[in-house]
Parts: sequence; C-alpha cells; structure tokens
Amino acid sequence: MKRVVEGSQAVAEAVRLAKVQVISAYPITPQTHIVEILADYVSQGRMKARFLRVESEHSCMAALIGAQSMGVRTFTATSSQGLALMHELLHWASGARLPIVMAEVNRALAPGWNIWSDQSDSLSQRDTGWMQFYCEDSQEVLDTTLFAYRLAETVYLPAMVVLDAFFLSHTYEPVDIPSQEDVDRFLPPYEPAFQLDTKHPYALSPLVTPNAYMEMRHEMSAAMEDVLGLYDGLEEEMFRAFGRRYGMVEAIECRDARVVFVTSGTVTSTARIFLKKLRERGEKVGVLKVKLFRPFPTEEVRRALAGVPKVVVVDRNCSFGLGGIFAQEIRAALCNVPGERRVYGYIAGLGGRDITEELLEEIYGEVTEGKGPERENIWKGLQEVSHGGR
Amino acid sequence: MEAADRELMCSGHVGCPGCGATIAMRFFLKALGEKAVMVLPACCWSVIAGPFPQSSIKIPVIHAAFETGGATATGVRAALDMRGDTETTVVTWAGDGGTFDIGFQALSGAVERNEDFIYVCYDNEAYMNTGIQRSSSTPYGAWTTTTTGSDWKKLRKKNIVEALVAHRIPYAATANIAFPEDLMRKVKKAKAVKGSRFIHVFASCPTGWRIPSEMSVKIARMAVQTNIFPLYEVEDGVRYTINYKPREYLVREYFKLQGRFRHLSDADLDAIQEMVDEDWHLLLRKAGERA
Ligand SMILES: Cc1ncc(C[n+]2csc(CCOP(=O)(O)OP(=O)(O)O)c2C)c(N)n1
Ligand code: SF4
Ligand SMILES: [Mg+2]
Repeated sequence: MKRVVEGSQAVAEAVRLAKVQVISAYPITPQTHIVEILADYVSQGRMKARFLRVESEHSCMAALIGAQSMGVRTFTATSSQGLALMHELLHWASGARLPIVMAEVNRALAPGWNIWSDQSDSLSQRDTGWMQFYCEDSQEVLDTTLFAYRLAETVYLPAMVVLDAFFLSHTYEPVDIPSQEDVDRFLPPYEPAFQLDTKHPYALSPLVTPNAYMEMRHEMSAAMEDVLGLYDGLEEEMFRAFGRRYGMVEAIECRDARVVFVTSGTVTSTARIFLKKLRERGEKVGVLKVKLFRPFPTEEVRRALAGVPKVVVVDRNCSFGLGGIFAQEIRAALCNVPGERRVYGYIAGLGGRDITEELLEEIYGEVTEGKGPERENIWKGLQEVSHGGR
Repeated sequence: MEAADRELMCSGHVGCPGCGATIAMRFFLKALGEKAVMVLPACCWSVIAGPFPQSSIKIPVIHAAFETGGATATGVRAALDMRGDTETTVVTWAGDGGTFDIGFQALSGAVERNEDFIYVCYDNEAYMNTGIQRSSSTPYGAWTTTTTGSDWKKLRKKNIVEALVAHRIPYAATANIAFPEDLMRKVKKAKAVKGSRFIHVFASCPTGWRIPSEMSVKIARMAVQTNIFPLYEVEDGVRYTINYKPREYLVREYFKLQGRFRHLSDADLDAIQEMVDEDWHLLLRKAGERA
C-alpha cells in the first residue's frame, strides 16, 4: 500500500513489520521521529515489543547486546554524537556476532553544534565490524531495513542502515509499505543459532587468549566476505516479495562514460537529474551509486568503472589528513587494476550544506577542462574565510 | 537441594589464593541457584571466570563492557520477558570500579527504571584487575599504585549503598565474605523481591591490600567488627535494619594488619576512627537506633 510518509516513518514501519522484540533508544536530533513513532506503536500495542528508555546511547547499545544475546530481534536508531558514544559497544556487538540492526541518521559531529547531514559519524565507525548501507530515498530505507535483518541474521553480523539527516529523515515521499504477509515470507521469525539459556549454560564474550582470538576475528572477516556472495540472491528474494531491488552498487550509464560521478545517499538523486541533462547535451557522463559500504563491493566497483578515464568521488565527509573516505575506498578498489585513470576526491556538502546540480556541473567543468585539476583532493563550494588577526 | 550443598562454581578458577571475590561468588551462587543469567562487566572476575573455552561458573554468563553492568542486564531482562520467561533471575556481578565509578551512570539509570534484577558489587576497594589503582571506593588512608608515598588517598570512600538507597530501590543490603549465612540469606531475600536489588559485598584482596592470604577472611570480618563496613539492609529506600552491632575492635587494629595502610601515623588513625564513628552514628540514626 502506498502512503506518503516521512523517511523516519519508513524506518519505523519496517521495524514494526520486522516484529522487532526489543527496542532501545536515546533521543538525538534528527533520529527522534523514528523512536517516537516506535514508542507509540509499542504503547498502542501495534507492536509486541519492549521499548527500553535508557539513560544514554552507550547504555542503549549495551542493552541491545544483552537482549540479542538472549535470542530476540532488536533495534535502535541514533545519530552523530550518539553513535560516537556507542563506539566501544559497536565492537562488542559485532565481536559477539549479534545481528543487531540500527538506523543511523547521518549528522555532523560537533564542534560546532550542527544537526545537519554529514557522513562523518557513520564513516568514523567503518572498522567496527558493522555492515553499512547508504540509502537514497525513503522506499529504499524501508526495504533496506528489512533486508538488513535478513542479511544480518544470515551471517551473524550487525548492520547499520544509513539515511541522510532531514533530506531523508524529515522528508515526505510516497512509500509502498508491504503487507505483513509479504514481509513474513521474506523475513521469517528470528531463530538464533546460539543464545544464552539456563539449561545449557555457557559464557559469551569471555577472556580469549592469543591462541583463539585471531581465529575469531578471521571468522568475522569471512562472514563479511560471505555477505558479498549472498547479497544478490537475497535481493532476488526481496524482489520476489516486494518487487524491488537495489544492488550493492548501481551503475547508471557508466558503460561509455568518460567521467563517472561516484555518489552515496541522497546526493545520488541530484546526480541522476544532472546526469540526464548532461546526457541530453551529449556529454559522456555516468553515475555510480555506492549503497553497500561495508563490506565494500570491490568487484562491482571495478566492473562499473572499467575503462572509465576520470572518476569523481563526491564525499560528504572528510578523513582529515587524507581526504574523502569514499574516495579512498574507490582508489583502493581500483589499485592493481590495469589501465590509466584519474580519481578526484571532491569534498562537498559538509554540515548539511546543499550539494546542487550546479555544484556537480562545476565539478564536471573542472575535471573535463584540459587535463583536469592537478590536485586529487578538492574542497568544493568553500567561501572566503578571513582569519582575523592571525 | 540445600543451598549449602549446591556448588555452581568450579574448582580451577584463576583467582589469587585467599581471594575474597572468589569466596563471595561461591556463596552467592549457592544461594542464587542455577535459574539465573549473569552479566559480568570487566573486573578481576572477568579473569577468574577463566579463558575461552572454559568457564568456572555454571550459569550462563555474558561478559560485558566495563561500564555496562546496569544496561546489559536491562536488555537481558527485557529479552527474557519477551520470551515469556519471568522465572530466570538476572544478575549483574561487578567490581567497585565498575559500580562506583565508570558504571555508575548505567547502574543509576537501571535502578531509576526499577529494572527487575539483582546487582552485586563485590568491593575490594580498588581497580585490582589493572593493578591496584585507586577507585572512589578506596578508603581514606589507603596506598594504591596511583596514590603512592605521601599521596595516599585523603578522600573518603563513596557511600554507594546510600546512593542506591536514594533511588528508593526495593532492596539494598551490605554483606561480607566472613558472614556467609548472612550473605546467603540476603541473596535469597533479594531473589524473592521484584525490581532493582543491590547487594554490596565486602571482599578482601590479599594481593591489593598487602595482607597474607590466610588473613583474608579474618580481616574481612574485622571490617564489620570495627563498624568500618556495617552489615545492614534497607527496604524501599526507608526501612533500615542493622544486622550486626557489637563493636569488637578499634579501627587501628584493622588498619595495622594491612600493608596498604602501613604509612599511617597514630594521628591519622585517630582521625579515621572519628570518621568511622561519625558514619556509624549516622547509620544508627537512620535505623532509628541508639549506640
Ligand atoms: C572502558 C574501559 N576502561 C578501562 C578498562 C580497564 N579495566 C578493566 S578491569 C578494570 C578495573 C576493574 O576494577 P573493579 O571494577 O574494582 O574490579 P576489580 O578488578 O577490582 O575486581 C579496568 C580499569 C576497561 N576494560 N574498559
Ligand atoms: S587481585 Fe585481589 S580480587 Fe583480584 S583475583 Fe587477586 S585477590 Fe582476587
Ligand atoms: Mg575493585
């Protein structure tokens, strides 16, 4: 059934349909609508779940670790400072192989206080062993949340469904909300391979000596790799259930492109419009949307960018001292692939500044003029700053 | 089966000889029984429990991040409830550092929500796992590896029970490894209560206190007999019961036996005696009793 809903509600509907049993959350803008809706669903009895109103994000993730260890499906949502506060527990969740799912509303980190869209929060958690999906619209958010449970519960790794602050979380769009029967077919009840049980007592996450630690980490790494093999098959199942699929990446008109823009999140929608206009003018340009960030779909990226001489990566984030994080990953994926190409990292839209079609056109102009820019990492859309008296 | 026969802790644990924390766990589990799940944040017990794939505790254990004792238990309880299991008791077992300091926020949050679980703090009065550093439970006068020489701790021990009582939790009690019947009675009593329950167990540490291992239980007993660590219970945050009264030793007799207090002068010991007397009278007043 199609309904016009906020991105936040799309998340909440997916969580309701997934029949999550324990939800825990701590408020932070712009995550709040998601958890307010869920708290309401629980109190109305529309969800048979416990909603834990904990005193911090740190405790929130700890509570979910406790709950998921006992064999129930869990959920949380957070943003920015909240995710940063959870950092230690993110490792605990993945290391204990608990398929917890969270919605992460991309927001900038302080200082200065900034509640707007920026990917630095989720990308700072790159190495915590959580899967990460970057969504473009509210439909994708809903579908991906359900998909995340299915995948997480297959490989026993936690998953983060990432959506841009406000551009997605607070924007109303028509969204097809699948029926409970269709969801149940795609996502059966959670049957954990292991859970704590007083009849068969054992210890979870104990002291592990160098004798065994490395094997455990290797299994986590192997589980991440398994995701890449399982992904298309599970999406096929989702397609049969809901009629939609997205791919780990989406290559749009990349085949003959001389310049490909690599995007993630809502910027992709802007890039689609920009692409259409440029193609109408006969420009050989393409867009590669990267949805799956962890595990990184190296093969898919290589295939999409094969033979493309100029790659522009648009990053709404920055790893200080090296540049945009998606750009680094794309460069790493293309390393050891034969052929000549330039990869430009463009940092834009930090702290919720708009990334417009005009901005993308400007970038296109820069990279196609002559040999293209000398620099590989470029900040785009900066204003003049005067450093009074320094 | 009688509690006294039931053994839910295995031999082969890796606690130091004379470890009070180990004795505390043994009696605690005897009284608790096997229908329980334990949350174990980082502390000496993370090690004592044994490395993967062994465990010296015969109930399910979730080893947890240091500061998450209250929060992890919250989730365990919620999941059990969702599974329709209201019989299994949820327990957090944490050290003084994990309780008084880094885990205090999560504990305060959990008991404010009146989560249905028993929180046990075994108190060895310092961060022992990491090598005897001071905590807010370290008593006035003590040497630790971060309060050395003339910088011995000159601040009072935090009164954790009163902090918990201020949350008006249904049941709070102190206990001591040298009084096992009293300890086990309190565990059973706590088990029968609904909501947040807190048990503060005094657990001597030969390694950190610089005492011979065979003195471990005697010194723990003296902590009660000097009124340094009174045995008492508080129900619903208001009804106080003192379980042990006659004072048998002066504070200095307890202090003289321990290497961690060796540097203290007679004047220091007199000052400490005054503090202990003051705290004891405060407790008597709360319990509506006279000295
Ligand atoms: C966030 C974090 N900081 C520090 C540590 C290191 N650490 C592990 S156990 C411990 C001390 C525990 O002290 P306490 O709770 O009193 O238990 P004890 O070891 O004395 O039994 C510390 C500091 C940790 N595991 N996690
Ligand atoms: S250091 Fe102290 S508390 Fe830790 S195991 Fe040894 S005696 Fe027990
Ligand atoms: Mg301690």
